[in-house]
Amino acid sequence: MQAFCRLNGLVAPLDRSNVDTDAIIPKQFLKSIKRTGFGPNLFDEWRYLDHGELGMDCSKRPLNPDFVLNQPRYQGAQILLARDNFGCGSSREHAPWAMFDYGFRVVIAPSFADIFANNCFKNGILPVVLPVEKVARLFAEVAPTVGYKLDVDLEKQQVTTPAGEVFEFAVDVFRKKCLLEGLDDISLTLQHVEEIKAFEARRKIEEPWLFSS
Amino acid sequence: MSEKTLYDKLWDRHVVRCDDSGTCLLYIDRHLVHEVTSPQAFEGLRLAGRQPWRPGANLAVPDHNVPTTDRSEGIADPLSRLRVETLDANCADFGITEFAMNDIRQGIVHIIGPEQGATLPGMTIVCGDSHTSTHGALGSLAFGIGTSEVEHALATQCIIQKKARNMLVSVDGQVGVGITAKDIMLAIIGKIGTAGGTGYVIEYAGDAIRALSMEGRMTVCNMSIEAGARAGMIAIDKKTIDYVKGRPYAPSGALWGKAKTDWQSLHSDSNAHYDRVVHLDADSIQPQVTWGTSPEMVVAVGDCVPDPATELDPVKREGMQAALAYMGLTANTPMTEIYPETVFIGSCTNGRIEDLRAVAEVVKGHKVAANIKRVLVVPGSGLVKQQAEAEGLDKIFKQAGFEWREPGCSMCLAMNDDRLSPQERCASTSNRNFEGRQGQGGRTHLVSPAMAAAVAIIGHFVDVRTLEV
Ligand code: SF4
Repeated sequence: MQAFCRLNGLVAPLDRSNVDTDAIIPKQFLKSIKRTGFGPNLFDEWRYLDHGELGMDCSKRPLNPDFVLNQPRYQGAQILLARDNFGCGSSREHAPWAMFDYGFRVVIAPSFADIFANNCFKNGILPVVLPVEKVARLFAEVAPTVGYKLDVDLEKQQVTTPAGEVFEFAVDVFRKKCLLEGLDDISLTLQHVEEIKAFEARRKIEEPWLFSS
Repeated sequence: MSEKTLYDKLWDRHVVRCDDSGTCLLYIDRHLVHEVTSPQAFEGLRLAGRQPWRPGANLAVPDHNVPTTDRSEGIADPLSRLRVETLDANCADFGITEFAMNDIRQGIVHIIGPEQGATLPGMTIVCGDSHTSTHGALGSLAFGIGTSEVEHALATQCIIQKKARNMLVSVDGQVGVGITAKDIMLAIIGKIGTAGGTGYVIEYAGDAIRALSMEGRMTVCNMSIEAGARAGMIAIDKKTIDYVKGRPYAPSGALWGKAKTDWQSLHSDSNAHYDRVVHLDADSIQPQVTWGTSPEMVVAVGDCVPDPATELDPVKREGMQAALAYMGLTANTPMTEIYPETVFIGSCTNGRIEDLRAVAEVVKGHKVAANIKRVLVVPGSGLVKQQAEAEGLDKIFKQAGFEWREPGCSMCLAMNDDRLSPQERCASTSNRNFEGRQGQGGRTHLVSPAMAAAVAIIGHFVDVRTLEV
């Protein structure tokens, strides 16, 4: 996994609550058995005017001019500003894969769906939870300021606005370490093989029916 | 404090180790696998030269991409076929049991787990699918995970997690006649919202929950994820134990007795602490219909489409306006004056035998209404299909003009050929009314099986309690 430490990046605002993972990456693209290449289909149904299918050349498809990510001023955005309950719905990890592939490294929202947030951490994307008023403030600041950037520092757990205002955010210690160092958590878990084996041996005695098939 | 909730007990039983920050390795008893979220995980194992930790703990089934029409010629769509063949190959390579497409036991992963006894009380269960919460109905701790975690579970038999908070949703008293588990759950989501359960594991309790059949409890737990919860669960009682007994993967003989004794201890202590408690008055729950593009956008069938003008929060108001525009609805329209063109009966929420029986009861002797273009009935598994046919339900459906299909996810997410056209309006027994969920531009209204059946024969949403059938 690619590490994430600090980023000074362009912000794109997506002003809707309850953005679900079906919207982030529609199901027809889940038929790919790869982890990469989902970026052109991120928010496919909002982004293009036609119906997208796997394998289409997206550079030739008609863009929806009303969709925020299609506006020239947001090209190259690495930070997505979002509303409540971002990433709800399906557990598809294709959602963060598509966001990463598109270029997003940070999503800021008042709240995230649990599985989505977890999937982000495992794919080099930092989900930042800020209080709802702060997020509303950021939305208000982004709109009138072309080229609006935020500085996001995972080590310090701070988001800094262009005016120098600092918002602190909380992040789980273990996830922070994994993201800062780009760690593969399977290798970390496998450092505890003996403990897992001992646990399993005990369970076999206590709940033998779980091991009979 | 020694008093514990059911979640506390299940959690404590499965913790292998924790670090100082409370991040724990949680042992997984059962891992269910389907074709959409697993290929990249198996590929990861291969690249790292790893093997599944305990192949016998895994059970795989293709469900999302399988056709629900004749399967004798295989899968026509090459991309769907590749997914299903990839699952077949991965299971063969890694020694994992799979109920392949033409196995009678094939079906939606969350239907077949309980059906086979592969889901047992007291287990931890994971699957790369958010509706894994379904299995909590059997008193297990079950949650959906992403593909990286699928790989982690395969490789280590554990997942890394921090403990969630405890929430109790108590549905007090008894529901009225004609009110189903689906109505109860939609009412709960309408009350707490789609993010109301975020960060929590919900335990459902109260007389109305206890009174539900096991299948009804599965419907409730299934949609925990629509309330944002990590998992949903219901304490084990006699119904749970009777349901599990004799199923193919359930313990038998001496082990059955041991298991049963153990399971009987799996309920919350009477003074256990919950971080949040929500009460619903069962008696006040009406038949529910969603009007918008999020499951929380739900009203009673006797109500009207809500008016955004009455919403004070600007973000919510805009959300409502966008939903009405997408759904092609006008504020203040009575729900009973909305006319779907399609009805979908199935999914892991409502694709079990009792659901099909409830549909048959309403439609028996009736025909599809003139404005209804198609009604799909998709059983949740091959065994559900077989049972329905043994009871003659398929004949009732066919006589009414419904299509009787092969088991799978079908139009719940429209990954196979079953999908809505743009603007097509559907009464659906599934769980998500998101934009495009059932086909790009499609308009989904979530309802109970009885309501879906009533729509099919009446042509619009209707209070099923007033039907003369
Ligand atoms: S029936 Fe629908 S919700 Fe259930 S597993 Fe299949 S696609 Fe997911």
